[in-house]
Amino acid sequence: MEMPAPDQFTLSRKTEIVARLRAALSADVVIDDPAETKAYECDALSAYRCPPLAVVLPHSTEEVAIALKICNEMNVPVVPRGAGTSLAGGALPTADSVIIGVARMNDVLECDYKNRVIRVQTGRTNLSVTGAVEEDEFFYAPDPSSQLACAIAGNIAMNSGGAHCLKYGVTSNNLMGVKLVTMQGDILDIGGSHLDADGLDLLGVICGSEGQLGIVTEATLRILHKPEGALPVLMGFDSNEVAGACVSDIIRAGVLPVAIEFMDRPCIRATEAFAGAGYPDCEALLIVEVEGSDLEIEEQLDKILDIAKTHNPVELRRASDAAEAGRIWLGRKSAFGAMGQINDYMCLDGTIPVSQLPYVLRRISELSAEFGLDVGNVFHAGDGNMHPLILYNANKEGDLGKCEAFGAEILKLCVEVGGCLTGEHGVGIEKRDLMSVQFSALDLEAQMKIKDVFDPKWLLNAAKVFPLDVTQSRRDGCPQ
Amino acid sequence: MRQTFKFKDEQDLAGFVRERVDPVFITGGQTRGVDLEYDRIDMTGISGIVDYEPGALTMVAKAGTTLQHIEEVLKAEGQQLAFEPTTLNNTLGTSGDSTIGGVFATNASGPRRIQAGAARDFLLGVRYVDGLGNVIKNGGRVMKNVTGYDVVKLIAGSWGTLGLLSEVSFKVLPMPVAQATLVISGIDTDVAVDVMTSTLNTAFDVNGVAFDIAEQRAYVRLEGFEKSVKYRTKSLIEILGTQSDIIVYEDAESANLWSNIRTLSAISSQSGDLWKISVRPTDGPKLVQRLALVSGIMDWSGGLIWTKLEAGKAARDILGEFQGHAVNLSAKTGLKLSNTNPALTYLHGAIRNKFDPKGIFNPGLMG
Repeated sequence: MEMPAPDQFTLSRKTEIVARLRAALSADVVIDDPAETKAYECDALSAYRCPPLAVVLPHSTEEVAIALKICNEMNVPVVPRGAGTSLAGGALPTADSVIIGVARMNDVLECDYKNRVIRVQTGRTNLSVTGAVEEDEFFYAPDPSSQLACAIAGNIAMNSGGAHCLKYGVTSNNLMGVKLVTMQGDILDIGGSHLDADGLDLLGVICGSEGQLGIVTEATLRILHKPEGALPVLMGFDSNEVAGACVSDIIRAGVLPVAIEFMDRPCIRATEAFAGAGYPDCEALLIVEVEGSDLEIEEQLDKILDIAKTHNPVELRRASDAAEAGRIWLGRKSAFGAMGQINDYMCLDGTIPVSQLPYVLRRISELSAEFGLDVGNVFHAGDGNMHPLILYNANKEGDLGKCEAFGAEILKLCVEVGGCLTGEHGVGIEKRDLMSVQFSALDLEAQMKIKDVFDPKWLLNAAKVFPLDVTQSRRDGCPQ
Repeated sequence: MRQTFKFKDEQDLAGFVRERVDPVFITGGQTRGVDLEYDRIDMTGISGIVDYEPGALTMVAKAGTTLQHIEEVLKAEGQQLAFEPTTLNNTLGTSGDSTIGGVFATNASGPRRIQAGAARDFLLGVRYVDGLGNVIKNGGRVMKNVTGYDVVKLIAGSWGTLGLLSEVSFKVLPMPVAQATLVISGIDTDVAVDVMTSTLNTAFDVNGVAFDIAEQRAYVRLEGFEKSVKYRTKSLIEILGTQSDIIVYEDAESANLWSNIRTLSAISSQSGDLWKISVRPTDGPKLVQRLALVSGIMDWSGGLIWTKLEAGKAARDILGEFQGHAVNLSAKTGLKLSNTNPALTYLHGAIRNKFDPKGIFNPGLMG
């Protein structure tokens, strides 16, 4: 993965840029000591690193606006940063860029149960949004696996999902309003506690724009009352095809589980060795979770088990209490850790139409043999969002490159069968150069025109999302 | 003389747009009140279901396919459009069948939006013809997709001003097997909003909360499997207490009631302009009072007010100090922006100009 060469003129003006930012912002906001900026050299895609020119950590929306205005005037690239947990390199800086991070802005501004909204500053972590309301039996639904650490700012930038989005949707479906600061330093309120906003759905396109249209400093989020309870059932099958057919039958029967998780044999074995959850040694394993009162859970699980039985499962295990539910989830929740014990891994994120599941899994195992790298599959089967984990050795010369090439083949396969490159992690730098596989030049142009409007100089996170050769002229400052 | 152009496919349409210099008025089933005085593009020629996978809860259809046809095909598989598209023919005095492209282009979302989401939340992918005649795609036919910008959402609800939808792919959901509606009578708007917000804020998965202003009746809907609906109905009645006058409507009776809400039958025969006013639910009663409304439907827990008002009112005057959005659906050139922030107005205009540089798609609308 390449990043554009830093602009020498900008690098040469570092002292001037930092001085101007310092003069305009409170004393502790601007960081330029290389020992400190090093902490911001990467996000969770840690194979790629580059310290930024400086880091700005504002205390307020107004300070974000001041910083952006200065950078815009001085033509300095800006990389917005939430908690730095992006798996796609969404917060990776370049040497000539200023990172503007919202980490210090993490207050709850308003909590309005009657209208079912919470307004927070976006440096707040995903889990602590729920934390602010759970005593009153409410929760914020999107639950990416990084929810303990990831910030709402990043969730909005990447339109993050999670295990429960089959029922509750992704960030975009739970985001009602934002305060957005544009590259020019304008502060805009878009959407709010009411449902229908004025004019074009700018909120819809800002969510998932990977920090390229502005910096979101406040968010109005939908909060929901918690269900009475939830319980899972575990099923084992001796083929991926049968497990896939079972998922499809459950959905067709009108049951809408909150989660349908899938693991394949390599993943089951790794997990068993690591966590000892007592999973059967079979080809495919499903965990299906439903919500409601005891009676409602029973009604739904009865239906699900009836369907599962028609597919000759090798194992059926129904949780009857929280302890049993915990044991069923133990393996799934340890899956990434278990794979990490075996080796370094790269986690992919393509989505496929559910009907293509058996074919895609077969092709992945063929590709695995071709590339000589093992792969385990664990994913959200209800919505077709796959997470193949490719194992490689980071210390072995050439292994990372081979792994990336294998990953690219899997993602191309996802697109080929009617799916997409990324279901919830975002494009970042990781999938940037594959965008042309999914989109025509005109499709990409249509998206880039939106950025032209918000950020005509292409200073905001500009080396991400779109292939570098496609954005070259824009980043070089040619007017569109 | 005003002309109408109809096309057999997307390529045909794109070719026309490439050559077109003058403004056009874009229509699906012509079920809305808007009528711009330009030559008309009739999208109904580009129709048909392209793909339907009930097991994946997804459908792909050409934009001119009628809503009625789509709902029939879904029903045969026990599925539905969960956002419950509004049907305004009776109220607006229009005829014609809504098209699926029109439904998404106007983000026409009904009562279940409060729980399931709006049309825009179900739209997974689009193909559209931009203002220069280019065919563009965005999104796809899978439920989770963050590949590139979500132009799908920008196009949803843009009323044809950014591009002509030629194909849409969307998520569908199972049709519930049972439903029940609690009808709470003899209450004013303040009490109604209390009833609506307090029932919505429970673990019981309420998916419709509306209030008929003239009848002074609130409706609270539950859907799902039989035992579950019974259990939750009982639980809600306990919460509301015995002092309220509650009647429970089940299944067909309940469905009929919500069909009336979806078509606004309570105000369909009244004269005046049809306004759709979106505010924070708890502001709903204050707005009803401010406008001195004696009839209308408050949907979405009080956050959406449908009412008829005498002609000539402006959105800003209706909203006053309230945060929200008001739109006159009867106005022939309707849908004016109510925001007053110049930076936002600029963004709207600039985006529109990028998508339609010749300025030929529904000029005047949403301006």
